[in-house]
Amino acid sequence: MAPRVDVPERREPPSAPSETPSTQPKISVRDLDFFYGRTQALHNIVLDIPERVVMAFIGPSGCGKSTFLRTLNRMNDVIPATRVSGKVTIDDHDIYAAGTDVVALRRKVGMVFQKSNPFPKSIFENVAYGLRINRVTSSKSELAGRVEQALQDAALWNEVKDRLKMSALSLSGGQQQRLCIARALAIRPQILLMDEPASALDPIATSKIEELIFDLKKQYTIVIVTHNMQQAARVSDITAFFLLGKLIEVNATEKMFTAPNEKLTEDYITGRFG
Amino acid sequence: MDLHRHLDDELSSLRDRVLLLGGEAELALERAMYALSERDSEVAREVLDHDDRVDHLEVEIDRQCIDIIALRQPAARDLRFVISVAKMAPVLERIADHACNIARASIDLNNEPELKLVFDLGKMADHALAMLRAALDAFTSNDAQTAREIIKSDTAINDLYNHIFHRLIELMVTEPATATRDARLLFVAKHLERIGDYVTDICELTVYMAEATFIKHSN
Repeated sequence: MAPRVDVPERREPPSAPSETPSTQPKISVRDLDFFYGRTQALHNIVLDIPERVVMAFIGPSGCGKSTFLRTLNRMNDVIPATRVSGKVTIDDHDIYAAGTDVVALRRKVGMVFQKSNPFPKSIFENVAYGLRINRVTSSKSELAGRVEQALQDAALWNEVKDRLKMSALSLSGGQQQRLCIARALAIRPQILLMDEPASALDPIATSKIEELIFDLKKQYTIVIVTHNMQQAARVSDITAFFLLGKLIEVNATEKMFTAPNEKLTEDYITGRFG
Repeated sequence: MDLHRHLDDELSSLRDRVLLLGGEAELALERAMYALSERDSEVAREVLDHDDRVDHLEVEIDRQCIDIIALRQPAARDLRFVISVAKMAPVLERIADHACNIARASIDLNNEPELKLVFDLGKMADHALAMLRAALDAFTSNDAQTAREIIKSDTAINDLYNHIFHRLIELMVTEPATATRDARLLFVAKHLERIGDYVTDICELTVYMAEATFIKHSN
């Protein structure tokens, strides 16, 4: 008698990832205008940024993307003769409302800049700095633990754990940038703003920053300004295109780079702009 | 020179090449059907000899698509165009392969007594050729609407194939002496039917290219 052969069971394929991981806005911007003196730099921006996604801002130089990024933690407040109108809410709190604690806001909304800017101090002290001035930790061991955690989260711990007392300036450019990310992460923000964080780095260091961004989005909402469209395509879930201070299109990144809705966006990302 | 102009030139060259490949496939089919209807084995052999050029063109297009993706990183409509061409080139090469199979069948049939082509094979081939030409035109002009209409017209080829299939089976039963030749004609009809399917694939790629819409397997 022939052996019985079982009918192979049909297996369901894994479901495709959803286009946007979350729909709950972490940051909500309504009718935002921004002026440098008499010059209007942003026009009526309306945008929702969901929690725990990476959103990339792209657009030509001078389009307002960095200005807009800085409105999200009120970094423009330090620039004289600027004016903002409209509403930016984070977790339903209007960050431009009277009485807003700007220091607390910037603890919640960390920032990493284009050029790494470590303090001329040790690696440890660079990360510990924010914790000390904010009096976040109560003991030396807690401080050391938070510094280690931040360095691990920034994927730098294994490279620096044996030389924490060395000057941060002895690190390579890519390591310095990750140190700055660790410094921002140490005070446990919820949102991380990155203004061209890899533009001054070589491809290997850039790749490490991009991997880091990918890992960090499990815990943080990340907004990144980049001139590198391939980088936006690689790291972001959602992309927003700015032009002349206006938000032209916001879309799931895969849609933006294969079939954008707006002709202006298509012209820009296919290099036919202007 | 602006970078995008450089890319435009490369995309334009890619378009020219794929149309050249389409033209080769079209000519191969036209000549294979001529060899069959006119019992001209010399023309059939020319079709077979020419197939290397078709294969070579397909490889060139593949290489060009890979180069553009790797070096230019096209996006949006440029990306859809390059992807569509990369998927279209093997389809056109397969159409030329089917034309070669028809040419081989015609050589075999031409070595045997003539079998009256009372069937609609010529009509079927004309329809397949018209579909292929229209599909290449729709691709060139980025015309999704026409591509969709061409897809609908594939049912005419399928109907003709079913009709020919039944007629040939009847013949095989009633006149067993011609069964081998009937079977060869049946293969020719099947090749034409498959060409209709491949033209449908080309049109689906044109719709994707023009509208970023996937209509494959959507009935």
